[in-house]
Amino acid sequence: MLQFALAGNPNSGKTTLFNALTGSTAHVGNWPGVTVDKREGVYRKGKERAAIVDLPGIYSLTPYTPEEEVTRGYVLEGQADCIVNIVDATNLERNLYLTTQLLELDTPLVVALNRMDVIRKGGGALRAEELEKKLGVPVVGISALKGEGLHLLMERAIAAARKKREAVTKVSEFCLGQAIERVRACVRQEGGRHDLFLAIKILEGDRLAEKFPQARRAAQECLASGGKQEPPVDAEASIADARYRYITETFSGEVCKAQGRGLRGKSDAADRVLTHRIWGIPIFLLILFSVFHLTFSEDFLYLNALFGIGRSVETGNGFLDGFLGAVYGESGIAAPGAILFNWMGAACDGIGGRIAAGLEAAGAAPWAQGLVNEGIWTGLSGVLSFIPQILFLFLLISILEDSGYMARVAFILDRAFRKFGLSGRAFIPMIMGFGCSVPAAVNTRTLADEKERIMTNRVIPFFTCGAKAPILAAVCGALAAQYTGVNAEIIVFALYLFGMAMAVLTVLIMRRTGMRGEVSPFIMELPAFHTPQARALFVHLWDKLKHYLKKAFTIIVASAIVLWFLSNFDWRWQYVGIEQSILYDVGTFIQWICTPMGFGLQLGGFGWVFVVAAVTGLIAKENVIATFYVLAPAIGALLPGWDNGEDGIGAVFALMQATGIGWQALLAFTVFNMLTVPCFAAAATVRAELPKGTFKYTLAFWMITSYVTAACVYLLLSAWWTAFPIAALLALFFGATSIRNRANVAKSQRAKALK
Amino acid sequence: MEKRLYELKPGEAGYVKRIEGEGQIRRRIFDMGVTPGVEIRMRKAAPLGDPLEVTLRGYELTLRKREAAQVTMEVE
Repeated sequence: MLQFALAGNPNSGKTTLFNALTGSTAHVGNWPGVTVDKREGVYRKGKERAAIVDLPGIYSLTPYTPEEEVTRGYVLEGQADCIVNIVDATNLERNLYLTTQLLELDTPLVVALNRMDVIRKGGGALRAEELEKKLGVPVVGISALKGEGLHLLMERAIAAARKKREAVTKVSEFCLGQAIERVRACVRQEGGRHDLFLAIKILEGDRLAEKFPQARRAAQECLASGGKQEPPVDAEASIADARYRYITETFSGEVCKAQGRGLRGKSDAADRVLTHRIWGIPIFLLILFSVFHLTFSEDFLYLNALFGIGRSVETGNGFLDGFLGAVYGESGIAAPGAILFNWMGAACDGIGGRIAAGLEAAGAAPWAQGLVNEGIWTGLSGVLSFIPQILFLFLLISILEDSGYMARVAFILDRAFRKFGLSGRAFIPMIMGFGCSVPAAVNTRTLADEKERIMTNRVIPFFTCGAKAPILAAVCGALAAQYTGVNAEIIVFALYLFGMAMAVLTVLIMRRTGMRGEVSPFIMELPAFHTPQARALFVHLWDKLKHYLKKAFTIIVASAIVLWFLSNFDWRWQYVGIEQSILYDVGTFIQWICTPMGFGLQLGGFGWVFVVAAVTGLIAKENVIATFYVLAPAIGALLPGWDNGEDGIGAVFALMQATGIGWQALLAFTVFNMLTVPCFAAAATVRAELPKGTFKYTLAFWMITSYVTAACVYLLLSAWWTAFPIAALLALFFGATSIRNRANVAKSQRAKALK
Repeated sequence: MEKRLYELKPGEAGYVKRIEGEGQIRRRIFDMGVTPGVEIRMRKAAPLGDPLEVTLRGYELTLRKREAAQVTMEVE
């Protein structure tokens, strides 16, 4: 089977093309750096099947970040029979820069001129044939999004893959012609593939030169100054300049034709508003708040808060009540996300009731009924009922990603982030963390600086992910039910902000201790705004749904079953009450550890429930609420209506009554879960993204941070005056490190002066 | 008149004369299309004053003042 590699600038539509060719559903977004690892699929629509490899986007074959390294490595050493270079027709000049480098390779090349539909719509008259004549390789106009021209593209690519191609360079027309030939001859002697390409890279002083000592010496000789007056040639600058000069001189006509009636009018207007000098930041905060409000609010338009319109509706028809109650209830009209959540919760309850009734009727053994009802189903429904709401949150975040706003957020926040020691680019993986830490951790590969990557990976879990959201919702809902005058939504939002604040604080502390260094530079493309594509959004949601369902039916069901067994059997494997169970023994054994956080020894008899919930949360955060569900009936914390569809809330409320846990400790418990070691999947991903052997420090970082912070939160909420010693300790730390840093700077300056 | 890139006012345009500095950052600046002779128009600064947004070669690029200080422009 022939193998084709897709290479092109970030955000040029490679992944869309990959999906269109292979029928795959990889995630597409509108900011540079969505694809961070190579991905393979098969093209089946033609006469001949072909393997397609999607590579991370690059601007140049000189890599800058680890994900760009992936692409260059594959292009140079991979087994591609032909490279398909995607060129964004709406951005010809910069895209063709990479093409001039790909032309220097020995691998056959085909150019896919993407976004031709946009060009036509804008009145542009760009033609692929003209480009083909000038570049000397096949050029096919396509629209990856609309699926135009793909068949022809693959036909021509297959034909090209069968032929040999002579590497050509456009650089030597402008500079260094003789030098390139001389170094190339050396590379050829030393046995390098892609000799022309390597020769030019070696002249640029690339790392690749290490393998070719002779060629490197030749390059140094070529570039050395002829006489004493002449400075040595700056090959890097001249070569980049030559490429761009070739493009502007050769393709100025095409660039004009592509522009048509100005494609960016609307995008420019959007950009002006959304990154406005004064309004940019308030708009950003408003958008962020709206995303969470649309997802979680039970009083969507504040009609209840303002006019007290909330009533509970009862028509007598159970189904209708459930349906209407989800939309409109005592707390007013619910937001779309909350409606989805209420519906799903009601549906889960209905199914649970049926299952229980069915088992009863079938005369199943009590332990079997217990296992299915309290073990499997409660654990599963605790997760299932949150899926529509979390998908809704994903949808909103995907819309922001796909429209191009995320890149602007990095732009807006860079200055603020730099104060904390990160670049604005780090914000993209962080905000992805609100959805799920796993893709967020993978995305840190787009960060150029290693320390920045480590710190970002460590704080990603502090951005409360979709699986942690139910913990916040349940705890805050229960608090609102217990104490009058408490608004659940405000506490949820405050906890989200608290997580972000902790990210900032810990990055500041890391920058002053183990991670000292300068903030990495920030040079990034701002993609044009466009209306998000329904298809791309749908594909993304479908992907996430599959991921969640898989997780719910595997790891979560499994841990719910294990948990149920541990809480219903004793060490001799007898079916017993919870107070003789294995879980009780283990829980009470480690309960004392949690005393500083308020949910340890002070809770007495049932306090271990929280300890166990926190431990099961290490497997998957959905388990925390699922554990509450399994354990609440087991310890007899049943209140009328504890399982009335307001998921988790009833369970937490029942546990509050049974254990006597105070709001201070409950919030400390929530904070501990927000900041501690994330779920298995996320921890494993972070481990893979970090430099080898350093994961243990990150693990320790999570454990210490969560423990200390939760203890501080408990202290602070229990006795407000503890704020003073805590603040004093922080001030002492920052003061001491500032003095030390200043001393270090002075020392290095002195050392420089001495030289 | 010679100016550093970050000294351009919003809406002002100029041609790149030379790029100083060294290493990876300079290389990245080249790769993004900032080469001698290219026209760059300043769009605006971010709400907090940094980074900058500029237009060149038909697309928008953002970079910090610190990196923009390496780029010398010729402005009329």
